[in-house]
Amino acid sequence: MNHTHRRYGHQMLKNNVHLDLEDRLAKFMKTEEAIIYSYGFATIASAIPAYSKRGDIVFVDRAACFAIQKGLQASRSDLKLFKHNDMADLERLLKEQEIEDQKNPRKARVTRRFIVVEGLYMNTGTICPLPELVKLKYKYKARIFLEESLSFGVLGEHGRGVTEHYGISIDDIDLISANMENSLASIGGFCCGRSFVIDHQRLSGQGYCFSASLPPLLAAAAIEALNIMEENPDYQMHVFRLGIFAVLKEKCRQIHKALQGISGLKVVGESLSPAFHLQLEESTGSREQDVKLLQEIVDHCMNRSIALTQARYLEKEEKCLPPPSIRVVVTVEQTEEELERAASTIKEVAQAVLL
Amino acid sequence: MRPGPGGCCCRRAPRANGCVANGEVRNGYVRSGAAASQIHHVTQNGGLYKRPFNEAFEETPMLVAVLTYVGYGVLTLFGYLRDFLRHWRIEKCHHATEREEQKDFVSLYQDFENFYTRNLYMRIRDNWNRPICSVPGARVDIMERESHDYNWSFRYTGNIIKDVINMGSYNYLGFARNTGSCQEAAAKVLEEYGVGVCSTRQEIGNLDKHEELEKLVARFLGVEAAMAYGMGFATNSMNIPALVGKGCLILSDELNHASLVLGARLSGATIRIFKHNNMQSLEKLLKDAIVYGQPRTRRPWKKILILVEGIYSMEGSIVRLPEVIALKKKYKAYLYLDEAHSIGALGPTGRGVVEYFGLDPEDVDVMMGTFTKSFGAAGGYIGGKKELIDYLRTHSHSAVYATSLSPPVVEQIITSMKCIMGQDGTNLGRECVQQLAENTQYFRRRLKEMGFIIYGNEDSPVVPLMLYMPAKIGAFGREMLKRNIGVVVVGFPATPIIESRARFCLSAAHTKEILDTALKEIDEVGDLLQLKYSRRRLVPLLDRPFDETTYEETED
Repeated sequence: MNHTHRRYGHQMLKNNVHLDLEDRLAKFMKTEEAIIYSYGFATIASAIPAYSKRGDIVFVDRAACFAIQKGLQASRSDLKLFKHNDMADLERLLKEQEIEDQKNPRKARVTRRFIVVEGLYMNTGTICPLPELVKLKYKYKARIFLEESLSFGVLGEHGRGVTEHYGISIDDIDLISANMENSLASIGGFCCGRSFVIDHQRLSGQGYCFSASLPPLLAAAAIEALNIMEENPDYQMHVFRLGIFAVLKEKCRQIHKALQGISGLKVVGESLSPAFHLQLEESTGSREQDVKLLQEIVDHCMNRSIALTQARYLEKEEKCLPPPSIRVVVTVEQTEEELERAASTIKEVAQAVLL
Repeated sequence: MRPGPGGCCCRRAPRANGCVANGEVRNGYVRSGAAASQIHHVTQNGGLYKRPFNEAFEETPMLVAVLTYVGYGVLTLFGYLRDFLRHWRIEKCHHATEREEQKDFVSLYQDFENFYTRNLYMRIRDNWNRPICSVPGARVDIMERESHDYNWSFRYTGNIIKDVINMGSYNYLGFARNTGSCQEAAAKVLEEYGVGVCSTRQEIGNLDKHEELEKLVARFLGVEAAMAYGMGFATNSMNIPALVGKGCLILSDELNHASLVLGARLSGATIRIFKHNNMQSLEKLLKDAIVYGQPRTRRPWKKILILVEGIYSMEGSIVRLPEVIALKKKYKAYLYLDEAHSIGALGPTGRGVVEYFGLDPEDVDVMMGTFTKSFGAAGGYIGGKKELIDYLRTHSHSAVYATSLSPPVVEQIITSMKCIMGQDGTNLGRECVQQLAENTQYFRRRLKEMGFIIYGNEDSPVVPLMLYMPAKIGAFGREMLKRNIGVVVVGFPATPIIESRARFCLSAAHTKEILDTALKEIDEVGDLLQLKYSRRRLVPLLDRPFDETTYEETED
């Protein structure tokens, strides 16, 4: 990567490092095409308004992240929020829309419908029920946009995300968007899917057309990371040697289990999510107080060499503000001893602070 | 007393903006008919301008305008014909289509939306997205590609066109390099910190490097504090909503960049557009805003924010900052200055458009800029008073939700900024700034002498050369590449439909020899394609008679 830095410097217009990265991502995700953005936030925030315009209808989960919310706001489409991961609620909304359509068939013929969900939700650490969503997609003729920032490189046997995890054909999803700032530890984001869908963004994705492209250093870093993912190197885990994704899954499970049963804190998130939340079991009543308490826990943990952070939100801007929480993130490099130590430290600190 | 060609010496005192009742001087410009070769538009505005402000936008010749419309008409007709043939499968359909299983879904694109892309853009698509494979300095290597199906798909021949003169990169000070102190410093930081940050500024992604950068940026700009962001586009679209909201008024220039427009829309404030760089239009909007207040309730606006850019990269014009600041002070509005292209490129020491006009940086409330152009890196910044920056640290969308700058990129910015400031012990920064100014003057003068229509201010390193006709867009790009010069051509929708142009970006890395070679080739191509439209009738900037400004209110 230092070699790339020496070859290309930092500033970029368009370069074959980019073409290479787009190619590699498309091949990795087994889609026709991929497009690179220079900033993770801008990826989904530019992709949604490129397709969904004023008058179109978007069904979006309540726990969608801020970038999706901004993308939807920029698109000026009608939003219909459904309860988090509640397929019955989504179906109810879709049915209502169908009845509306029958009243006005001419308008319905030109109104596009989209369902925007995340693979692993950043705000709750839960996984979306993709098989049911695909069924609903074909029943009610809505396209699915899947945001995989957290699940890319995490779920699935080879790290291809939630579609691989469930064994769904990737062609059933119209657009997959992910940022390279989590699993790939670079900067930027990408969208992948069929050429029919992705090519449109090259002329109408605002964050793509009106912005400088990714510095080649960062693109090369992403390519290297992809190389490692494809290689799927073995890690020692207990007495087994497992691939990198299997090991990550194991470690997630371990830390989840270890953090259960802390009095005063509950774990929010599924056991296969590497980024989950620790929320107060009982809120004190005021958000400020909650935030203060959690900050105390974080500070004490920091003193004991465990780096944690509170999940930050813009309280006035979020559509559905999640409760205050500590964000816990696991990485595959951490050993089992380190994870045990972290879990026990958090337990001790929490007991000391919350009692 | 007749005004001479060099100045405005009228008996009557000029009104605001130099408008004089006798009509001969408008907006401080001398309308001169005969002495075409010696027109220097000097704005005298009660001494607001400490230097001559020479900006010109020559009018489109009538014949050229007519032929351009005819050209587009022909293309449209052929477009319909080809669509018809493709629909009835007489012609092979190359573009991607919807899946079979989803054919009964509502179609993703409207037919007309892609009409332009399919039938006009596709024909000359080879002029854009050219892949380069070296550092984009004064010269660049371009990967050669060919198409056997009229640009629907490209194949790389494997050849590389070497040492193409690069007139398209925003490399104003020549920092797009892969050798030198910047590169070494960045490589060291890469070893130490790695590439990714994997967190937001407010959570666990705030590095000491970021704080160092922000202090340096504040010193560079001459403001109290500054904050840096990961992407220039996102700096605008994520901070304007943090600064203004419902009940505020945004006065935005006609030709503002998409990021400013998006930021203004996302904020929820009322947006009113004033004519490009037209201070009378702006003043009228300000007056009406103060007098009439909010549309239905007539309450005063909570905040009035004026959005302008330092250099407008499509026109090559420079904002009339002294007048904007005078207006802002008079009507108590706030000023947001986007210096994406002007930082590093204007001013005797590269401090941007504020220094260029000799003004006080404290007069500009929000100074925004990007590191992509003059510093050879990526990202954006906002500078201003300490309270403002402290507020942005807690309320900016980017600080809470978006990843922070990558450490090697930060190091590149720090090193290049120190170089421009002269803090690295060399004179390199100052030389680069001077070289860029000289290159700009020389290049523009030569092009004007050759007879091309060039838009914009004489000191702007962005030089738009008018092409007008759609066929010439493609022809110019291809001919220049054949002669080993890489240029950027721009057409609709980035510009008005008949005003397509080629845009040259000058750089301090360009030596006089490179510029002379480029000018020789441009001359040749200009003769070949008959691009020398200029009649030397340099008409004053605002030829449109001052009219009642009608503004459009957009309430989102």
